[in-house]
Amino acid sequence: MIETSNLVAILGMAVATLACRIGGYFLFRAFRPTPFLRAMLGYVPGTLFVGYVAPALAAGGIKEWVGAAATLLTVRLSGNIALGIAAGTASAWLAWLMR
Amino acid sequence: MSAAPFTFAGVMRGAQRSIAIALGLAPFGLVVGVLAASKGLSLTETGLMSALVFAGASQILALDLWTHPAPVLAASIAAFAVNLRMALMGPALTPWLERLAGWRLWANLALLVDQGFALAIAESRKGERDGGFLFGVSLVLWLSWITCSVIGHLLGVAFHPPRDHPLFFAALAAFVSLLVPLWRGRKEALPWLIAALVALLVARIAPPGAWHVVAAALAGSLVGAWRETRRMTP
Repeated sequence: MIETSNLVAILGMAVATLACRIGGYFLFRAFRPTPFLRAMLGYVPGTLFVGYVAPALAAGGIKEWVGAAATLLTVRLSGNIALGIAAGTASAWLAWLMR
Repeated sequence: MSAAPFTFAGVMRGAQRSIAIALGLAPFGLVVGVLAASKGLSLTETGLMSALVFAGASQILALDLWTHPAPVLAASIAAFAVNLRMALMGPALTPWLERLAGWRLWANLALLVDQGFALAIAESRKGERDGGFLFGVSLVLWLSWITCSVIGHLLGVAFHPPRDHPLFFAALAAFVSLLVPLWRGRKEALPWLIAALVALLVARIAPPGAWHVVAAALAGSLVGAWRETRRMTP
């Protein structure tokens, strides 16, 4: 089952993502990006995820705070992202059960 | 090094090397599926999204904001903003890609993904230059991504966790965990602080959607780039 607006949104995401994957390669072959643009692109991923995380944590409670701290600590110590997600979610779960 | 730009042996080598990474990404894929089910997406839609978009962070971000009817513009812009980092992967892989043409080039570009990219860069330092290796890595990651999100959807439908269930914290944890490797040192502090403040402000005043994320990234990276380039030209 496929609903029209869902399909259009999925296709929109697909086109936008494909543009990033393919466009970057050909654009950078054709033009030399300015140092400013290059520096800016380097900051995009970090600031983007901060922009997502900050309001979610501000709106969250104990569960979110405990989970986020456990996630950060685990990834920092193990260097493993999947392990961090698992440990953070488990900690949030514990905090939720003990509430 | 061998001159062959794309070999079948390379595809097999890449596929083997990426199995461990695919297993590590499995929970991420499951979360995407559970989240998609909770937002009312069908199994087909979930599989289609994972197959066509194949970018976990942007899928989780978009699904978190999913409404009915689907937020076409916000989801597309969010996908573009989250995946803009991929525009830098292709150029970094030029030594591999410039020797390829036709479907071998297009498939490698269309399946670019963070973990595959990271593995390819690490292997190229050891002399690997086979486009087949990159393709083998991406192909295994792509197939397991679709499989995991479909399984996640089935789990989500079966258990139907309530909206405040801590399982959904996994989506937020995915982004929190990505922050650790993205921290490149003290120069990130001010841009990240600006991004957090702008996000909090815009989330308060903007209509629901991904606008606060886009605004935060724009403001934070502008400040970062401004400081960095100003330092280079005294």
